[in-house]
Amino acid sequence: MDSGTTSYLVRRLMWVPVILFVVSFVTFALGRLGPGDPVRVAAGQFRDDEAFERIRAARGLDKPVYEQYYIYMEGVLTRMDLGESFRYQDYDVSEIIFPAIWRSAQYNAVVLVLTLSMGIPLGVFAARRQGTWADPASISFFLFLQSIYSLISVPFLLLFLALKLGWLPASGWPRDCNVTLDFLPQGYECIGVLSAEAVIPIIALSLPAVAIWGRYTRAFTLEVMREDYVRTARAKGIPESKVMTRHVLRNALLPLSTMIIFSLVGLLEGSFFVETLTGIPGIGRLAFEAIGGRDYDMIMAIVMLGAVTFVLASIVVDIVYTMIDPRIRYGARSN
Amino acid sequence: MAREAIEIAPSPISEESPVEQKAMSPTRLALRRLLKKKIAMIAIVFIIMFYVVGASAPLLSWVGVIPSYNDQNLDNTLQGPSWEHPFGTDFLGRDQLSRVVWASQTTVIITVASLITGGLILAVSLGLLSGYVGGWVDSAIMRVGDIFASLPSLLILILINATMKDQVRGLAADLESFTGIGGIVKSGAPDYFLIAITLSLFGWVGGARIIRSQILSLRETEFILAARAVGAPTSRILFRHLLPNVANIIIVSLSLGLAGIAGSEIVLTWFGIGIQPPHPSFGAMIFEASGVRTLNVHPHLLAFPAAVVVGLFFSFNLLGDALTDVFTPRAR
Repeated sequence: MDSGTTSYLVRRLMWVPVILFVVSFVTFALGRLGPGDPVRVAAGQFRDDEAFERIRAARGLDKPVYEQYYIYMEGVLTRMDLGESFRYQDYDVSEIIFPAIWRSAQYNAVVLVLTLSMGIPLGVFAARRQGTWADPASISFFLFLQSIYSLISVPFLLLFLALKLGWLPASGWPRDCNVTLDFLPQGYECIGVLSAEAVIPIIALSLPAVAIWGRYTRAFTLEVMREDYVRTARAKGIPESKVMTRHVLRNALLPLSTMIIFSLVGLLEGSFFVETLTGIPGIGRLAFEAIGGRDYDMIMAIVMLGAVTFVLASIVVDIVYTMIDPRIRYGARSN
Repeated sequence: MAREAIEIAPSPISEESPVEQKAMSPTRLALRRLLKKKIAMIAIVFIIMFYVVGASAPLLSWVGVIPSYNDQNLDNTLQGPSWEHPFGTDFLGRDQLSRVVWASQTTVIITVASLITGGLILAVSLGLLSGYVGGWVDSAIMRVGDIFASLPSLLILILINATMKDQVRGLAADLESFTGIGGIVKSGAPDYFLIAITLSLFGWVGGARIIRSQILSLRETEFILAARAVGAPTSRILFRHLLPNVANIIIVSLSLGLAGIAGSEIVLTWFGIGIQPPHPSFGAMIFEASGVRTLNVHPHLLAFPAAVVVGLFFSFNLLGDALTDVFTPRAR
């Protein structure tokens, strides 16, 4: 890495705390400003003003917002304490959030492997057929797949595969876990993705993802196929299969690899709709429930985890990019 | 392919050769390339039809072609498609076809409003400013953009709409009593307003970044130097010299953002925090119809709205793809 790139990365890293501060404060304030009162949720059957006041004071909700924010952040930074859930009584946020992330990550990992192994060949196929009818047809097909939101695809998948044909169960997560890994800590041992229940959610998550990988692969492959060294390789008489694998694909997969890094971060994110519609107890459904139930600390933790991973991932992608492609230099300004 | 290449590249021979080469502006060239794309043209026709029908929903219902979105007929609920109700009726006996048309109006309002506020005004002005002025203005705008870009946008969109709805309604009620104009809250305008504003708040970053990077390289070019040398004021340089040169990119980035904007409104309403009933939205229609038992007995409730939504998104995606192709000749 040259000095320009290094100073560019240092400058970006210095911005990370500022960005995270603003993001966290805005999220915190937004949660507090909203309608609905979590105290009433937490109070349960004790519905008198005295009980409300007691809970309010115990949770520090009687203080001004900036003071609440200070107390919260102090807990996060000094004790790694993400707070306490309002909906799940007597549970810490971290006790609920990390198992949920793990469940979502199982699905996302399977989907990533599946969609890459289908999307890359499809993209290369489309690029090789440029100028024939197969290229626009395959692009249109990709775009069509991307146009079907899971809000729409999941109900139809459930209707046909679960209700009409009865091939698959309608819930997305096994009630009794078949596959467990006992060496994992309690709450994490179930590998729910290895079950018949997981098939419908995996299909729903995969359809648009295949299309995205296919389109990216096609675009990058076309870019490389136009390079002079590819023409040279062909002119030398190297067989087409070798030109494609050695000269084209290797270079086309370079930009693709940074996108794969980004989607590795995406493993930690859940899908709101697929998880909610099929009942997977993952992070997406947790977020859905947390917003509905005004579960302040839970919302805060989910948003902040998303922001932290995104910001760090984009920096990691930049670094990896300069390592695998030395031509790229950041921060170099003409003039 | 080959014919296009000849048209674009002005080879030195063609100047002397007797074959007359008609001069064409880049915009006309791009338009010609677009017109040759059949699939894209079908998509454009579909989008135009959708917008015309959606925008004229009040007119259609005033003329009497379709009922209003909340005309209920409780004796005639949950009917399948028929000549009288081509898309069937819903659980309140409302005509599904008219609900779809009125829901299209919602999509039209939201996409146009956030495209103009976020995609055009915010993105273009901030991108121009950031790229041309530079210095701390540039840093400030780009860092604010970083903050917006690093938020998990769907989650925050849901959060803002869930928390700010009552505040915005309260403001609208104040406005009503202050101006004496009734029915602002009842018309659902605050809901539309809030969604459009939040979407444009998140929608400007990508466009502004692209425009900025183009301006950065354009401002070093000779023709800008020449304009400055003859004493053109900054506003003239910005709007007469720089803006036309980034117009292509603006069009492409706007078209790529359309499906996302329309989709966000549907998603928010699906969550129950977007457009509130009885005002129609595809999000609410999909939500109400997507229970598996409901879907099994009354598939028409989901099939028709879903087909229109998928058709629209497909057209948006085809259009965006085609425009990218047309305006970035290197990628062809």
